[in-house]
Amino acid sequence: MFAPARRKTDVSSALTRNLLRLAPLGLLVLAGCAGRDDLYVLLPGKGKTGALTVTSGGERRILDQPYAAARVPRTGSVNGRVTTEAEVRRAFGPALAAQPGRPVSFYLYFLADTDEFTLESKQVVTHIFAEIARRPAPEIVIIGHTDRVGSVQYNDALSRKRAERVREELLKLGIPKVRMSVAGRGEREPEISTADQVPEPRNRRVEISVR
Amino acid sequence: MRSVLISLALPIVLTFGAASAEAAEDAGHIKVSNGIVQIERSGQRLPAPVGGVVQQGDLVITGADGSVGITFRDNSLLSVGPDSVLSIDRFVFDSTTHQGAFESSLKQGTLAVVSGKLAKHSQEAMKVKTPAAILGVRGTEFLVRTGPSKD
Repeated sequence: MFAPARRKTDVSSALTRNLLRLAPLGLLVLAGCAGRDDLYVLLPGKGKTGALTVTSGGERRILDQPYAAARVPRTGSVNGRVTTEAEVRRAFGPALAAQPGRPVSFYLYFLADTDEFTLESKQVVTHIFAEIARRPAPEIVIIGHTDRVGSVQYNDALSRKRAERVREELLKLGIPKVRMSVAGRGEREPEISTADQVPEPRNRRVEISVR
Repeated sequence: MRSVLISLALPIVLTFGAASAEAAEDAGHIKVSNGIVQIERSGQRLPAPVGGVVQQGDLVITGADGSVGITFRDNSLLSVGPDSVLSIDRFVFDSTTHQGAFESSLKQGTLAVVSGKLAKHSQEAMKVKTPAAILGVRGTEFLVRTGPSKD
C-alpha cells in the first residue's frame, strides 16, 4: 500500500506526507484489528521527538514524527501509518497511567574555594525535600560536575568528591543513606560550553536528581 | 549427626544467598505497582511492590488487572500494562561516561517507554525486542504492543 512512496526521490519526507494523507485509513485498520497485530507508536517527547527504528526480518521503517506508528502483521512485514492521541489512550491506557514520575534535577553551587553552598543553594534544599516527600520510593542521585580546568581523569575524581561532600550534607539533614547514590560526570556535561582549561564557576556544580 | 550437618550447612546457604544477591546490581526500582505484578528471578516468582528492585535477567509479569512502572538507573522509564511479560535481558550503565546497554524484550502485552541517559549517549545502546521485531531507539518516547493482548 505504501510502495509508490518508495520510488520518490526524497524517500523519508514523501513517506511522511503519504502517511499523513492516509491517516484516516490507518485508523480504520487499527480499529479492525485491535489486540491482534504488533503495534509500535512514537510519541511526541518533551522538547523533541526522537526516532524509533522498527526492524522485522529484512524490513525496516523509521518512525520520526509524533504519533507515527508501525504494525507488524507478520515477521518481515512492517506497515507504517499515523495514529492519534485518543487511539493511543485506548490501546495503551494502563501502561501510560503506570509511568513513573519524571526525574527532576536541582543544582547546588559552591562559593569559590570553599565547601560552602551559596545562599540560593541553601534555599534549593527546601525544594529538594518537598520533591522527595511527594514521590513513591524516592531515590536521590547526586551527580558532581566540574569545569574544564585540569585533565579529564582529575575532573572525574573531583566531581565525585564534590558529590560525596553533598551526600554528607544531605545525610546530616536527615536523608537516609540507602536512598542516595553518587556519580561523577567530570567535565562531560557543562552547563556552559567552554574551551579546555577555561575556569567557569557555573560548571562547578552538583546536580541532585530526585526520581 | 544429621541435625549437626544441617546446622553447619544453613549458615553457608545463607551466606551464599546474600553474596549472590549483592553481586547482581540493581537495574531499576519499582515506582508504581497496581494489581497483580510479579518478578520472576532465578526461577522464583517474587512480589513486586513499590520500592522493589528490578535486576538484569528479571521477568516482569502482570496479571489481567496489573500494571507496573519502573525507573532505571539511567533514568529510562518503563511501564507495563495488563497481561504482559517483559524480560530485562541486559542492563549496563556507567554513571560517569553514560556508556552501556539496555536490552529488553516484550514477550506479550503493552509497554510504554521514556528513554534515558543510555539512549541519549548512543543510538546503539537501547533496544526493545518483540517476537516479531527489533526496535532501535534514538532519545524518545514510544509505545509497544505485541502478542495476545486483551487491550
